[in-house]
Amino acid sequence: MNQIQRFYGSSIGKKFVVAVTGVILFGFIAMHMAGNLKVFTGNTPSGVPHIDEYALFLQTLGAPMLPKMMGLWIARAVLLVCLVLHVVTVILLSQQNRRARPIPYVRSEKQAASVASRLMMVSGLVILAFIPFHILQFTTGNIQIGNRTFVHGHVYSNLYGGFSVWYGALGYAIVVTLVGFHLFHGLWSLFQTLGLDNPDRNNKIRAFSVVFSVIVTIGFVLVPLAFITGLMPSPVDYDPSLLNQINSTSNH
Amino acid sequence: MRIRLQIWRQASRDDSGHMDTYNLDGVNPDMSFLEMMDHLNEDLTKKGHDPVAFDHDCREGVCGMCSMVINGQAHGPKQGTTTCQLYMRHFNDGDEIFVEPWRSQAFPVVKDLVVDRSAFDRVIQAGGFISNHSGPKPEPNSILIEPEVAEQALDAATCIGCGACVAACPNGSAMLFTAAKVSHLGLLPQGETERYPRARNMVKQMDKEGFGSCRNYAECEAQCPKEISIAFISRLNTDYLKASLVEPKDRRGKMKSQ
Repeated sequence: MNQIQRFYGSSIGKKFVVAVTGVILFGFIAMHMAGNLKVFTGNTPSGVPHIDEYALFLQTLGAPMLPKMMGLWIARAVLLVCLVLHVVTVILLSQQNRRARPIPYVRSEKQAASVASRLMMVSGLVILAFIPFHILQFTTGNIQIGNRTFVHGHVYSNLYGGFSVWYGALGYAIVVTLVGFHLFHGLWSLFQTLGLDNPDRNNKIRAFSVVFSVIVTIGFVLVPLAFITGLMPSPVDYDPSLLNQINSTSNH
Repeated sequence: MRIRLQIWRQASRDDSGHMDTYNLDGVNPDMSFLEMMDHLNEDLTKKGHDPVAFDHDCREGVCGMCSMVINGQAHGPKQGTTTCQLYMRHFNDGDEIFVEPWRSQAFPVVKDLVVDRSAFDRVIQAGGFISNHSGPKPEPNSILIEPEVAEQALDAATCIGCGACVAACPNGSAMLFTAAKVSHLGLLPQGETERYPRARNMVKQMDKEGFGSCRNYAECEAQCPKEISIAFISRLNTDYLKASLVEPKDRRGKMKSQ
């Protein structure tokens, strides 16, 4: 316990926590983006959109060993812990940094620091504020954007509604672009913090970070873009029992 | 050359300080920046004003004493040089030049542009050394070191401890300095023995002195007069993580059977 306390008490220890939680959160972001692309793959033969089916798969994660929703809640708990650790640790580090320079420079000229690296706090805070909003819009349905009524589990229809108005689509696109900026610096930075970057692989690690931040951003932006431009077919009502059938077939 | 200087003036540690403007005539383009400051001080002294206090010693770029943030950059706009090796020909006639001290909680301003950098001494005292025995010395050539490793250690050893990394870092972090010292000793066989305790103790002292944390801006590398690579920061991170999570193992003692 003492060892953990000493470790977390140091600036490098805190950076390590930010980096490791960052990896886990990045894993989630990448999976989330890939999952979203299911909106483009159409419907099952019975007429259920693939993304609705995918949402059900997430709810029955770990089935039949785990009861419905349990696997999902475990994942949510892990992500929440990571997010809290990530944010709290960054706040502690920022406080340390602010104390380190009580009097600012009259003139300050940057030579190396990238725009993304200097925007980490801005992009981070916007993402943090967006998360509860996003959950209230697309998971619980408490916030409604557009005219379409939220139906639990009918992801395609909910997306169609949420992205049917320009501000819903644009706001989402701006936030995910900031996610891309956050990853652009964060992905490379975590390798450096974990001591894995070296001059001989620096180019590869930076290329990896650029490619992944761009892929994630594009993957996320495609969804609202496709809906707002009217490229996506309007949702067709289907019998909710069809979903249950999929559920029971996947369980046995 | 004629220039306009905006210089930080602060009478003592307790004074709040302010920027003062000076117009300076007759600046020779071949003057070093410090010679220009001498020129200004002569002027000020003749007029009966208090000259601008600034640190300097060797004036050939190796001692690490000169410490000025010139136009928002540690040691001025020229890369890979100390203030003393910066010449007035690097500026234009009529330029306005801002001169400020290193800004760091750990480096309190003593007077004008002079800061107290003893925080670095205390970081060194915490582990920036090797423990040598005082008996007969081994034959120097008996310890073989790979040339690449020796070169890498020497790259880190070029750190002159001037503090530009702290001044340049938006967070006021001393990671590049600490990393250079930890790496130059830890890479060589003489310093390998204390590699992990050294990393642990120097980082502990570094944090205690009130430096900021590293956000991997690489601003330190860009403004370091010796162009020390942030690869050493990566190496320090590895050493520190090992030192705190893996290394402190005590495997002595008895065990029970079962």
